[in-house]
Amino acid sequence: MTKEYKTITEISGPLIFVEKTEPVGYMELVEIRTGGELKRGQVLDSSDEIVVIQVFEGTGGLSKDTAVSFTGDVIKMPLSPGIVGRVLSGSGKPRDGGPEIVPEVLRDIAGAAINPASREKPRAFIQTGISTIDGTNTLVRGQKLPIFSGAGLPHNDLALQIARQAKALGEAEPFAVIFCAMGITNEEAQHFLADFERTGALERAVVFLNLADDPAVERILTPRLGLTTAEYLAFDLDMHVLIIYTDMTNYCESLRQMGAAREEVPGRRGYPGYMYTDLACQYERAGIIKGKKGSITQFPILTMPGDDITHPIPDLSGYITEGQILISRELHRKGIYPPVDIRPSLSRLMNSGIGKGHTREDHRAVSDQLYAYYAEGNDLRGLAAIVGKEALSERDKLVLEFADKFEKRFVNQGRDEDRSIFDTLQIGWELLADLPEAMLTRIDDKYIKQYHPKYAGTAKAAQAPAK
Amino acid sequence: MEVGKIKRVAGPLVQATGLKAAMYDLVLVGEEGLMSEVIGISGNKHIIQVYEDTGGVRPGEPVRETGAPLVAQLGPGILTQIYDGIQRPLPKLAEASGDFISRGLFVDGIDHKKKWEFKAVVKKGDVVKPGQSIGEVQEQLLIKHKIMVPPNQKGGTIKEIYSGNFTVEETIAVLEDGTKLTMMHKWPVRRARPVTKKLAPTIPLRTGQRVIDGFFSLAKGGTAAIPGGFGTGKTVMQQTLSKWADVDIVVYVGCGERGNEMADLLHEFPELQDPRTGRPLMERSIVYANTSNMPVAAREASVYTGMTTSEYYRDMGYDVLMTADSTSRWAEAMREMGSRLEEMPGEEGYPAYLGARLADFYERAGRAEVLNGGQGSVSIVGAVSPPGGDFTEPVTQNTLRMVKVFWALDSKLTQRRHFPSINWLDSYSLYDLDLEAWFVENVSPDWNKNKRRAMSILQENAELEEIVMLVGSDALPEDQQVTLEVARMIINFWLAQSAFHPVDTFSPYKKQFDLLASILKYRDYAFEAVQKGISVAQITSVPSKDALAKVRLEAEYEPILAKVLAQMDVEFKALK
Ligand SMILES: Nc1ncnc2c1ncn2[C@@H]1O[C@H](COP(=O)(O)OP(=O)(O)OP(=O)(O)O)[C@@H](O)[C@H]1O
Ligand SMILES: [Mg+2]
Repeated sequence: MTKEYKTITEISGPLIFVEKTEPVGYMELVEIRTGGELKRGQVLDSSDEIVVIQVFEGTGGLSKDTAVSFTGDVIKMPLSPGIVGRVLSGSGKPRDGGPEIVPEVLRDIAGAAINPASREKPRAFIQTGISTIDGTNTLVRGQKLPIFSGAGLPHNDLALQIARQAKALGEAEPFAVIFCAMGITNEEAQHFLADFERTGALERAVVFLNLADDPAVERILTPRLGLTTAEYLAFDLDMHVLIIYTDMTNYCESLRQMGAAREEVPGRRGYPGYMYTDLACQYERAGIIKGKKGSITQFPILTMPGDDITHPIPDLSGYITEGQILISRELHRKGIYPPVDIRPSLSRLMNSGIGKGHTREDHRAVSDQLYAYYAEGNDLRGLAAIVGKEALSERDKLVLEFADKFEKRFVNQGRDEDRSIFDTLQIGWELLADLPEAMLTRIDDKYIKQYHPKYAGTAKAAQAPAK
Repeated sequence: MEVGKIKRVAGPLVQATGLKAAMYDLVLVGEEGLMSEVIGISGNKHIIQVYEDTGGVRPGEPVRETGAPLVAQLGPGILTQIYDGIQRPLPKLAEASGDFISRGLFVDGIDHKKKWEFKAVVKKGDVVKPGQSIGEVQEQLLIKHKIMVPPNQKGGTIKEIYSGNFTVEETIAVLEDGTKLTMMHKWPVRRARPVTKKLAPTIPLRTGQRVIDGFFSLAKGGTAAIPGGFGTGKTVMQQTLSKWADVDIVVYVGCGERGNEMADLLHEFPELQDPRTGRPLMERSIVYANTSNMPVAAREASVYTGMTTSEYYRDMGYDVLMTADSTSRWAEAMREMGSRLEEMPGEEGYPAYLGARLADFYERAGRAEVLNGGQGSVSIVGAVSPPGGDFTEPVTQNTLRMVKVFWALDSKLTQRRHFPSINWLDSYSLYDLDLEAWFVENVSPDWNKNKRRAMSILQENAELEEIVMLVGSDALPEDQQVTLEVARMIINFWLAQSAFHPVDTFSPYKKQFDLLASILKYRDYAFEAVQKGISVAQITSVPSKDALAKVRLEAEYEPILAKVLAQMDVEFKALK
């Protein structure tokens, strides 16, 4: 029986300060009993006489004579294959009425860093069926690609569509979806769960739910539990894991709250100076390991406060993740779904996942050319608004029209429309074919000869990937 | 040596009592002996930063002294290595602990068991000075590793010296005073290695990137900063420079960045060829990978470890390029440690000594006459990741005070997928004038003239674009419309350069020059035509103009370019 202390000297926000006699480890798991309830906490600062503990379930109801005991170990997650199909709370307790997880293994949720030398270079193309992703911001296995969105935009629909449609070209391999909700509303959570149930995805999903009315400090645990589970499924059980977590903004708010409670010197906009490192410790738990079959691909969702991409949360995320998919309010207002603005969107791993042997040899060139004219067409919209469309040169008029058509045909697609990469490239070529051939400066002539609708004529050339 | 006791643990910071260790001494913390460094002494307390994760470490556990500061192990076997921030070979860590990095592991920076063939270049009775070569080892097929008297030793008269196969620990020479020399020595990473004399930056460092070599060139031994918001191309540029720069050795420091990027680099470098030698790039490379999720204290150290190995190869007489991605993460590591030390913060929470640290670091760059007698250089390219892409923040500003070349990345260009997204109006190189003579002598007498012409066209273009935004381009006089078109050509056909195109990723000087000269030739023809009253529409639709766009994508471009230019002659003559 471990020793119990009733020596809380101070309670401050989510923190308690406890005097003790035995040595307590940094990051050690702490149990706090009040009434019949068991709360859990973690040591943030340990010195000879006193320790500082963050309490995950909140400090409500704690008093100076609440019993505190130290477990002698850091927080570990119980894992077994039976975890697939379960719905758990944000701190890992069953939320589906089912039994506790009977552990086969216990894993430290802090997660050690993957040795960079052990990483395999990610390059397996994942087809999401969404043109703005597959065509111009291609996702590969082992990538972390967040969705940057704003309040009230259809990012959840997009995430769900990706979860439904994502597949590697080639034979089916075991895969699982992990869904971590952090501070989202019950309604949003239900939306996800209902979709998982409708499509049968729940059977191969693990769900962690920390909802808006659950304790904020618990949110600090949620992604760590999800990622620890992901590592287990991917690297012990050889599965391809897709992990969606939403909303990272709520997670960061919790970090800020903890920082303030500890009276730390704040960084930008009150967020802790170590937020970059903290976020990196979540996002970097994506990837592939040499010699292992599984993989972890991450889709974090975050809503940018005030739609501001320079806000520290999207900014620091963008500095860590391998690109971002930007949801645009303007496109949403135009009625375009998914309202992905490709200009600030990016997939940094795209290059290794496209081209000959992955998608098709002309992929890079087509994507670059689409980008160039869509961006230019957007700039011209501003000019046309001032000087009038008539004052534009013929070339500029073509580019302007291209941008409009691009949004309507390439960006816009149905919520259940699952386009193959070859369909996507075909749409791209058709749009480019409306421009004079001399304007296709970014595409090698040999691809023009092969894939340009004018020469291909038939759909055949555009369909078959050149091997 | 003393054994102290932990008093307090909070994150990567530990306080301990009962130690005598000096500032910056290495100590081993806790039962597991975690690698750590003393970063403050206050009363009877030592303040220690731990290079490894501290979860589970308790007050009361021991702290052991090592009696020495953090050092790099210098000797044959550094090339091709991939290290963490404190020079532990990552593949060795993987052997010891699996795919995830665990802690408390101590691994030598270089292999102590491997035998190298040492060839003495001095003999018994010779007097050797500190830093002087006493022998050589063929470290890689084309890279000779000079074995030098450590610069922090006295030197003296050689009493014995042996050629043959030795490990780095075995004695290869003995001096009269009994000093034994081995092929390895240790050097404190935070201390600059001495040189005889610094030299002026008069030789360009060829990068094969047109916007850099052509407009904002770096000198051998120079310093450059490449600031930009996320996704603007810092990493791609640094990797591209590491691939193609005409240096002997590349030290790539991944400081607080992505694991997958390191995997990519480690995947590519062994396969790509050094354009100068045809050998795998890896043979001339050293990689430090302390990714963002690895401990911050080791991240802070990685920049110094990288610099020390860079200087070591410079001391052998080599040209070394060190890239650091990203110096902002290094600065943030300082900030994090500083705030945990409860230091009085300076601007935006960064420690007040931020500027001084950056200055010390960049000052270690330079071309120099080395103690060995020859010349060597360390050039630094540091990425800066300003929050929100705003260059007014402290790390960018303090860096700009130190470096001579500024490659300003522009997210507007990124959004248009114009790469490299180096803004041609904001960027600069202060080596410009120093290098002019070299280009005239080695590439073309017109190099500098053409560069200035192209830059002034772009300058004029920027002014014209403002007018265009108000009235549209058709309202401009004809010659100005031509200028817009020529600027567009310079931007799209010359400044833009894809790092991923097998040919275009590297552009030799001659090709850079020829392409630009051709665009300027078009410009001269076009202006002549305008004078003759030929319409802009006609001038801009000559087919040879568009043909010029793709010449850069050809490896054997010369005959193709000649054809395009001949075509241009014909087409302009035919205009009426
Ligand atoms: N020279 C280039 N040629 C082609 N594409 C490029 C080039 N430079 C950058 N890119 C594209 O831009 C993407 C982002 O570049 P990179 O990863 O270098 O950005 P970064 O500035 O290092 O960002 P971060 O600060 O987040 O690390 C690349 O993945 C690539 O798609
Ligand atoms: Mg980068």
